[in-house]
Amino acid sequence: MDIILNNRPESFDFEKLTISEILKLKNYSFKMMVVRINGRLIKKPEYNLADVVDGDDVQILHLISGG
Amino acid sequence: MNFSQIKEKLKDKTVGVAGCGGLGSNCAVALARVGVGKLIIADFDVIDEGNLNRQYFFYHQIGEKKSLCLQQNIHLINPTTRVTAHDLMLDSNNIYEIFKDCDVIVEAFDKAEMKQMIIEAVLDKLPQTPLVIGLGVAGWGDNNSIGCRQLDYLYICGDEKREVTDQLPPLAPRVGIVANMQANTVLEILLKDSSWTLY
Repeated sequence: MDIILNNRPESFDFEKLTISEILKLKNYSFKMMVVRINGRLIKKPEYNLADVVDGDDVQILHLISGG
Repeated sequence: MNFSQIKEKLKDKTVGVAGCGGLGSNCAVALARVGVGKLIIADFDVIDEGNLNRQYFFYHQIGEKKSLCLQQNIHLINPTTRVTAHDLMLDSNNIYEIFKDCDVIVEAFDKAEMKQMIIEAVLDKLPQTPLVIGLGVAGWGDNNSIGCRQLDYLYICGDEKREVTDQLPPLAPRVGIVANMQANTVLEILLKDSSWTLY
């Protein structure tokens, strides 16, 4: 499938993936983040459930401390 | 637009500032200086001596409540800006009530989990309200790594890289840059619907 991940085109050899699977494949080890699929907010308990499919726009915003 | 016209436009606007630390205190002061009519600020914390390396407070205010001191400090700078100060811990349940009448909300927390909490709460309950967050402020130097980008109603200011650690503390210059970048983004949003525009 071809998706947009953080504004960049990205291809995976899978028909669909969950957010958890994408995090693993991309080696993202963020502790805190905000995830949206096509603008829809995906909260942490849904990372294992929410499917990403071809054409989806996925935003994974890594949150870091400081202020 | 001259400054009188800008002030005229801003006097009916309300901006929420979630957190009165390094980002919040400096951002709120900048917004008051240019004449934003109403600020709704919130923080549960008290001022510590270590905060004075970046936060808009004074030595004699150590030990006092951040939200109330920031309200006083803003009043000394621009008494025409009305400030509602909430001395409390913000959470996903009270954010809606406190910030529901704001034209824009500024996220100004220090901890990543609080940033996550407010982003999710605003996306959930106030999806049409622009939220301007500060992300990546630690250390010094490297001006050109600091930027701003927009994801729908979410605006992200900072380098998105440098997390605060013992060896990479938050300091006045870089925190101030991001805080003022947040204030500048707020102005851009508030003044956007005017006939005069840069873009």
